[in-house]
Amino acid sequence: MQPLHLAWIDETILLTYVAFILGIGWALGRGVKTSSDFLTSGRSIPTWVTGLAFISANLGALELVGMAASGAKYGIATAHFYWLGAIPAMVFLAVFMMPFYYGSKARSVPEYLKMRFDERVRALNSVAFAVMTIFASGISMNAVAKLLNQLLGWDYNVALWVGSGVVLVYVLKGGLTSAIYTEVLQFFMIVFGFAPVVYLGLKDAGGWQAMTHALQSVAVHPAALHLKPLGTVFAPNAWTSAWRPLFGGPGANPMGVDLYAMVFGLGFVLSFGYWCTDFLVVQRAMAARNMGAARNTPLVAAVPKMLFPFLVIVPGMIAVALTSMPGKGYRIPPPIIAQTSYDKAVEAVKNGNPADPATVAATVGSALGQKVDAAKIAALVADNAAGKVDDGTIRQRLYDSVTAYDYDGVILSLMKKYCPAGLLGLALTALLASFMSGMAGNVTAFNTVFTYDLYQAYFAPGKNDRHYFVTGKVVTVAGIVLSIGASYFASMYNNAMDVIQLVFAFVNAPLFATFLLGMFWKRATGTGAFLGLLGGIAGSALFHAFTTVGSNLDAAGLVINGMKGGYLGVLYAFPSEMAQNFWLASFAFSACFTLTLLVSLATKRTKSDAQLTGLVYSLTPKIKTENQAWYARPGVVGAGLLLGCLILNVIFW
Amino acid sequence: MGLDIRWPIGLLFTLIGALLAVFGVCDGAGSVSVGVNINLVWGVVLLVFGGLMLLGAFHGGKNTPAA
Repeated sequence: MQPLHLAWIDETILLTYVAFILGIGWALGRGVKTSSDFLTSGRSIPTWVTGLAFISANLGALELVGMAASGAKYGIATAHFYWLGAIPAMVFLAVFMMPFYYGSKARSVPEYLKMRFDERVRALNSVAFAVMTIFASGISMNAVAKLLNQLLGWDYNVALWVGSGVVLVYVLKGGLTSAIYTEVLQFFMIVFGFAPVVYLGLKDAGGWQAMTHALQSVAVHPAALHLKPLGTVFAPNAWTSAWRPLFGGPGANPMGVDLYAMVFGLGFVLSFGYWCTDFLVVQRAMAARNMGAARNTPLVAAVPKMLFPFLVIVPGMIAVALTSMPGKGYRIPPPIIAQTSYDKAVEAVKNGNPADPATVAATVGSALGQKVDAAKIAALVADNAAGKVDDGTIRQRLYDSVTAYDYDGVILSLMKKYCPAGLLGLALTALLASFMSGMAGNVTAFNTVFTYDLYQAYFAPGKNDRHYFVTGKVVTVAGIVLSIGASYFASMYNNAMDVIQLVFAFVNAPLFATFLLGMFWKRATGTGAFLGLLGGIAGSALFHAFTTVGSNLDAAGLVINGMKGGYLGVLYAFPSEMAQNFWLASFAFSACFTLTLLVSLATKRTKSDAQLTGLVYSLTPKIKTENQAWYARPGVVGAGLLLGCLILNVIFW
Repeated sequence: MGLDIRWPIGLLFTLIGALLAVFGVCDGAGSVSVGVNINLVWGVVLLVFGGLMLLGAFHGGKNTPAA
């Protein structure tokens, strides 16, 4: 893709946004006086703010880019991440788990684990979380800096250091509150930045119905657009129906998963594991001003979350529809190819023999390093021989002829096509805003866990608050520096993203089992939880070592890429990576659950009922909601949200 | 702490909205995409949103974090 050029207005919008977030940090900095203010916002933020920050913390640039990519690859089924996974998990968190997180006065998720179980479980969780969150931060920073470099021509290092520098300044000044406030700002930026792109894209495609019809034609013959191998046939509703293609099994839907893996693996384990235990989001709910506000936070967040698929997933679907419509002048972008490779390919076209198009296609393909559409190359060579095309046109048609897709480039390519200068600045700023606040979210979560759960717990207990306040500031700087390091590390390896996905699956999936048993079964013991968690993590590593994806096996049945599993032997090959992911999560959860259960029964309880009051469901007095109107009670609101979700699922059935 | 978040939100979007709207008017055809002068239209939308936020902030209420 040609680099985008920013007009003065685009740059002005971006700088205005940066000025505002720095200003917020500075304005808040004056009121931040204790470690509690800095690391946990002193439990003082209004509900609508914590609610929007809750979903915003999760909306990093990678999520925005990734959802559009998935929307293109899998269609509306991608919405399962939201309508099957996130919303039920958020309702569960609000109604059942927040009372323990907030009521226990734990300052972090690991601290809750220490109160409920013991130090070993806390240590395991805090170390795993601290490491994972820094890597997640670095990996997403790397991905975005690379994107900016390839598509805007910005220097990778400059983008990385300047972006990190801005985040450092406002987080250092205002702590968690700064991060939360800018996350809310970012939320509105994303909505206002992306909505026009979706509107314009749909308008250009001819409307929702036209898009649906186009997708139905694509589904029946996806190989025509090189979306799937030749011979693949799906039912017409494969891109537009979320549930029915699942019933046909992995071969009947573009995601390649079966119903059980989707419902249990994604809907239950992965989603609940993330939304209910990941401190990055839970921290925002813990910053609320009282129990009612804390419980309402995920519920408030669930409302926009339900509607987000239309903002972030639909662009991907629009992209596929447009690619299938000739005359729209749009195609899902090919992978980034160096200009020098294009130069070589242009030469190949010019020197090519029109009577032998196959050879020219092969030469062009190897010059570009990609598979190309032979028919298009043949036509190009013929036109060149007839003198009908200039260099620029040859380049453009070469670009069009590449049959591989860079799905991650979808959202940017739509912005490029539909946003004039001005709106483009808004959309790009929205993307950059999500990048910066993703980093801020990770760093503030890391900060709290490191300062309270590692430093204060094991290295320097019993100091005065001033000590920890200063520590928090130092750790902020360290966290950013470490993220930058992780980013450079990720830039050296192509599959850094795959690695972090794996690590998250290994660690998060079993964790939810630990929480479920801990919160609802008073008999769960510390030893049980510790060994269960350890066993869950080890179990998932083993599962990964012995299974892989069908496409990862070469003709001889040997594993091509160890990152995709199967490096200790292949006991089973899944039809797709998503399927492997979901099944791995299910396995990890079950392993941890079973192990925790058995070991707990075999060991003695170390905490009495009195010590567990407020930490376990059966030992906690029910929260009084009589003075709340019936429609404001979390249970009722939660049920309403689930109903809304059900309706959406039915509409897109 | 004491910063009502509706101030920065309101201010930011009023500013950006005004910028986009004026630019949309001046730029004319350059701001048109799929038949809509999107800069102008969206600029006005942002202006309205920013204005509503500022109105909310003006009337204060329980939106300031507890000191």
